[in-house]
Amino acid sequence: MARIQTTRRGVLAGGAGLLLGLTLPFGRGMAQQAATGPFAPNAFVRIGTDDVVTVMIKHIEMGQGPYTGLATLVAEELDADWSQMRAEGAPADGQAYANLAMGVQLTGGSTAIANSFMQMRKAGAAARAMLVAAAAEEWGVPAAEITVKAGVVAHEGTGRSSGFGALSQAASRLPVPEDPPVKAAEDFVLIGTDRPKLDTVAKSNGSAQFTMDVYRDNMLTVLVAHPPKFGATVAGFDDGDALAVPGVEMVRQIPSGVAVYATNTFAAMKGRNALKVDWDMTGAETRSTAQMFDSYSAAAAEGGQTVEETGDLSALDGAAQVLEAEYRFPFLAHAPMEPLDAVIELGGERAEMWFGSQFPGLDQPTVAEILGLPQDDVKINVLLAGGSFGRRAQGTAHLAAEAAEVAKAAGRDGAFKLVWTREDDVKGGHYRPMTVHRLRAGLDADGNIVGWENVVANQSILRGTAMEMMLQGGPDATSYEGSTNLPYQFGASRIGWAEMENPVSVLWWRSVGHTHTAYAVETFLDELLAAAGKDPVQGRLDLLPGDAARERGVIEKVAEMSGWSGSVRGDKGYGVAYTKSFNTYVAEVVEIEDRGGSPHVTRVWCAVDCGIAVNPNVIRAQMEGGIGYALGTALHDRISFSPGGEVEQSNFDDYPMLRISEMPQVEVEIIQSDADPTGVGEPGVPPLAPAMANAWRALTGNRQYELPFGGGSVA
Amino acid sequence: MTTFRVNGQDHDLDIDPDTPLLWVLRDELRLTGTKFGCGIAQCGACTVMMNGMPRRACVTPISMVEGSEITTIEGMDGPEISAVQAAWEAIDVPQCGWCQSGQVMSATALLQQIPNPTDEEINHAMAGNVCRCATYVRIRQAIHDAAATLEG
Ligand code: FES
Ligand code: FES
Repeated sequence: MARIQTTRRGVLAGGAGLLLGLTLPFGRGMAQQAATGPFAPNAFVRIGTDDVVTVMIKHIEMGQGPYTGLATLVAEELDADWSQMRAEGAPADGQAYANLAMGVQLTGGSTAIANSFMQMRKAGAAARAMLVAAAAEEWGVPAAEITVKAGVVAHEGTGRSSGFGALSQAASRLPVPEDPPVKAAEDFVLIGTDRPKLDTVAKSNGSAQFTMDVYRDNMLTVLVAHPPKFGATVAGFDDGDALAVPGVEMVRQIPSGVAVYATNTFAAMKGRNALKVDWDMTGAETRSTAQMFDSYSAAAAEGGQTVEETGDLSALDGAAQVLEAEYRFPFLAHAPMEPLDAVIELGGERAEMWFGSQFPGLDQPTVAEILGLPQDDVKINVLLAGGSFGRRAQGTAHLAAEAAEVAKAAGRDGAFKLVWTREDDVKGGHYRPMTVHRLRAGLDADGNIVGWENVVANQSILRGTAMEMMLQGGPDATSYEGSTNLPYQFGASRIGWAEMENPVSVLWWRSVGHTHTAYAVETFLDELLAAAGKDPVQGRLDLLPGDAARERGVIEKVAEMSGWSGSVRGDKGYGVAYTKSFNTYVAEVVEIEDRGGSPHVTRVWCAVDCGIAVNPNVIRAQMEGGIGYALGTALHDRISFSPGGEVEQSNFDDYPMLRISEMPQVEVEIIQSDADPTGVGEPGVPPLAPAMANAWRALTGNRQYELPFGGGSVA
Repeated sequence: MTTFRVNGQDHDLDIDPDTPLLWVLRDELRLTGTKFGCGIAQCGACTVMMNGMPRRACVTPISMVEGSEITTIEGMDGPEISAVQAAWEAIDVPQCGWCQSGQVMSATALLQQIPNPTDEEINHAMAGNVCRCATYVRIRQAIHDAAATLEG
């Protein structure tokens, strides 16, 4: 394994944390480039003698755009030309590549740009300062007279100029500046403008390399038979028929099931089909979805623990009108387009992995422990991921652990590719938690909201994972986020949370708690406004306090974009919803038609305020994608359990994805802002379903208290 | 023994006749641009051309490919795919990218059949290609853009 030492340069202090410019663990492919002497002032920037600037991206690229976003930040301060920029996934190295918002190397919570904003700019600024110093020395001119523009370092007085590459070797011998100055926002050249994404070409011609595309010498492909019910375990197995399949090399029991190893994928599939496993169902969950909902509903009715309280809810007793509703949200699978997969190679007392590791900071120690290796001897190459939506962000590191168990159980060195099929993915748990919301609110005689209560019943996502310590013994706010901290002035309010126990594994799903809280809050609020005879847009604005400028900004903008003039126009319904998630403000308006009793969304308008728009093109793409992701789910998706406890869905035929014919026209506007940038991967999702339900209720009178839309409506 | 051509090259493979073409392309020929998404003809990630027509490689057993001409994303050329890829790049269609080989293949096949498709025709031709990242707004736009380049 190649490990190239660059010069040790000590610590570079950055505004937002530490930049460690120490040993760069380069992959094999880099050796050649390294031989030409790249200039690597810190762990993030490499400048080759060929002028190519490569940015090591500490956040996994799964479509949300950090390759382009983080490279933009470096290029901005480096004054590079966009065409010389490249991006590469940074390997597991918890010191150099920690998420500054979390202290661990991971991607999540729509934090990639926010936590990197100053760090990557400082990294670019340091490299620029060193190139300038090198030029000053070589040309014998004062550094202050040197300019850098679009990748060219120049001195007007002497007429000298140079690309970065020619200066890179001299620059690499200079000290790294401690705290290089960064640009003022008004001097940005790249930030805030559109430019081509760095990975588009490779993703349009089939050459982009993902985990499943990795083929190591003599590699075996491995499928694992997982328990058919949550909580079941392996009692025994008969591998006779499996081993009789040509290409199947071995069958091994591992903690998560029984693994079938074969020389190619199809043989592994056939082998797994032929395998007979005897499951021990003693501890298995056998409840159906209906039974689970009953217990969640009962728990919500008891009120849960209070997680937020304002004023005195007895205000409801004197209300002129009290509305109540119970909402039911199913388990949901993330279904990233590339199912879960990982390649692991053991040899010479080391392990190397290639996969879309979203939490390298957890995966690496987990694998090291299973294999009994020092952490430094587990190398993780973070590859492009074919989507995640939260699925690869595993607080239990279960995929990396399963790959390590597969390698360990093989009992020999070699390379193994662990593949989950779509059925494994859909049936495999780690779902968005099923959730019940119980809402109650009152209006006075003038139609003002005087009290609001929302009780949420669901599982904790963090409980039982390596990240449980983040709870510090308190409730898991990711379970009910979006029901608390609302901007609306409701008079008295109480938010409760009933933590449910369920052996079905759960995980954050694109926008986490907001996936259900936004729906319950924004549809119930809409009903209250309707009961009070108020317009959905104006009614919301009236509930905002005076200092809620950004909330007001997106709601007013989306009303303007959509030409808002009430909830029904002709044969179309219109609904609005607003959510703040991951520090980003989003309001959406949905236009809906009734097509033979089924909702069809024709247009969506979206206004987003995410602070400084680093790359407007990526922001718009994330809003469009988030809207489609949310729409497909609201229309079609649920994971349900049969009586007996088996998952009833298995693939895209019964867990359908949104198709192009269902995709509405989408218009996105980004609010101009000079606030620090916030997340965009998730915030487009939450407002869509409630805006859609509001439009549907306005058009048809049908209230939708349960998702998906196909799953039963209440007239 | 199955004999077929892939991207202009002849292959004779001695392989389980049930093996889907998808896994032959990927595991044996290492043509990894063709992707696996569902394995049951529901997503289109595995779309290839078989004798010039789009086909789901995940449900095409290799025995059925005998004597056929297969073209994968790596082997495509011609004005339609060039226009499609240029349009894809111009407005940055891909997000995660996993579905995009299949989208590009289906879009190319569409433009080969219908040079200037309507939204309706696009919906129809592309309905079998799922994009979990929901890049559909841009797919639709890029197909129109590619059609315009081809016409112009
Ligand atoms: S993998 Fe062939 S259609 Fe989905
Ligand atoms: S770009 Fe991710 S599935 Fe289409």
